[in-house]
Amino acid sequence: MEWEIVMGLEVHTELATKTKIFCGCSTAFGGEPNTHVCEICSGMPGTLPLLNRRVVEYAVRTGLATNCNITRKNKFDRKNYFYPDLPKAYQISQLYLPICRNGFIEVKAADGGTKKIGIHEIHMEEDAGKLVHDEFSDCTLVDYNRCGVPLLEIVSEPDFREASEVVDYLEKLRAILQFTGVSDCKMQEGSLRADVNLSVRPKGQAEFGTRTEMKNLNSFRAIARAIEYESRRQIDILEDGGKVVQETRRWDDTRGVSYAMRSKEDAQDYKYFPEPDLPPIEISDAFIEKVKAEMPELPEAKKRRYIEELGLPEYDTSILTSDLAFVRLFEATEKLCQSPKDAANWIMGEVMKLLNDSGTLPEDMTLSPEKLAAVINMVKAGKINRGTGKTVLEKVFSQDVDPETYVKENNLAQITDLSALRPVLEEVIAANEKSVSEYKGGKTQAMGYIMGQAMRALKGKAPAQEVQKLLHEMLDS
Amino acid sequence: MQIDKDLVTYLETLGRIALSEEQRAETEKDLQSILDYIDTLNELDTDGVEPASHSFPVANVVREDEVTNTARADEILQNAPDSREGCFAVPKTVE
Repeated sequence: MEWEIVMGLEVHTELATKTKIFCGCSTAFGGEPNTHVCEICSGMPGTLPLLNRRVVEYAVRTGLATNCNITRKNKFDRKNYFYPDLPKAYQISQLYLPICRNGFIEVKAADGGTKKIGIHEIHMEEDAGKLVHDEFSDCTLVDYNRCGVPLLEIVSEPDFREASEVVDYLEKLRAILQFTGVSDCKMQEGSLRADVNLSVRPKGQAEFGTRTEMKNLNSFRAIARAIEYESRRQIDILEDGGKVVQETRRWDDTRGVSYAMRSKEDAQDYKYFPEPDLPPIEISDAFIEKVKAEMPELPEAKKRRYIEELGLPEYDTSILTSDLAFVRLFEATEKLCQSPKDAANWIMGEVMKLLNDSGTLPEDMTLSPEKLAAVINMVKAGKINRGTGKTVLEKVFSQDVDPETYVKENNLAQITDLSALRPVLEEVIAANEKSVSEYKGGKTQAMGYIMGQAMRALKGKAPAQEVQKLLHEMLDS
Repeated sequence: MQIDKDLVTYLETLGRIALSEEQRAETEKDLQSILDYIDTLNELDTDGVEPASHSFPVANVVREDEVTNTARADEILQNAPDSREGCFAVPKTVE
């Protein structure tokens, strides 16, 4: 039987605000345990939450960037559950009136075309604290630094059929969140987390199968592997005549397996009710207009501008806009070297290779546009050749050297004074008598060898064309 | 709404309490009478009336995104029944 995989995503993203959603504690990552904690986010009795204005702004920004309708009358709800990562024993979230609804993101479909993935809703909520289970004692240690950090939960429709669509959607969504300044989306710090809801059904069947939810997916690669594993697992169960159990499963990326965490709760298990401590939020036209006006340029708009104004091929624009770090580097470098195509080529070629080889994430890159532009400009001016340019860039990338100083100190500049070439070539001719006489005897291929020796003697620092011209002049007379 | 024994058992789970058989029967009866009483409200015509979640006509109470709190883990941890290594210590809970 042919099976079809049906998936939906729940993405949680931590917002790049300075403070938590309901109190003035810092959201800075790291820091000693419980140093970003106050009475409000540690859930002390008698405290009241006070909403951070920027959270609403960022939520609306995200909604507009993903083609959503913005809910004008918002309120918060309590999601009650008993677990020490939330000291109040409830999470303040939005169930009944989420701030954004009915949006979409366009992704590459598996058949090569494009496909709209529906966004069911986006709601505002608070993050939970971190638990450390001590192996040697009977207690769990809790750090509430992350507790109360603002989150957006972005819930897609069950529109995915292939792992590649899921990965493309996440890449697009991450770019949108980064470009709008809503989140830095560092998966390793947990500021972008994706849960995958997955079920399978015989191809052609209209009803959905029973789904499972997979958590702890910490990289795009892990997501693709987990989808592969989980769909296989469900198909095997069904083909053996079994039934898929609705449950939450945890992905173990090291072992490449998922295992059941708990049976899936129903919404009513959470005993949702309207949050009495927070008055409603009403969003006006003026507010939406203001957010629109302040919206940073989105990836799709950037692509169009790069094509129309800078004359870049579409392929280049897709790669450059895949990560905000590339965009920042490209836009500044392009201005400094006055050549968009050179800037694009160096970033897509050398810079990405250096990132790959060193296992550096784009956002952790220290390469400055000034230094990259200096290398490009030296190559463009013929001061160094392209090969030397690559070597210099590698040094800039790994040791942050100054490119111009490095070229000078290591004597890498091209010989531009042609009169300096002649004595070197005379030596080469004298040292290769055999090849020279072969050449003079009519064996023209010998020129290749002499040329090679000459470039070697010049350490590749002279323009090959000039060297060849001069050799002909000296030998053909 | 009809309260039955299964619902009472389910509520016990959600509320993390254990009732005796007698208490269950009593709870079933009490909850039923409370809900019947509340049902009176359903006789009201609420078409076109928005559900109220708050008693006061106040909206948009917000603060600016400025850090106002400083680190004072020691003070905060004094609220904890037990603390270790700068953390709140609670009975072991593994999900």
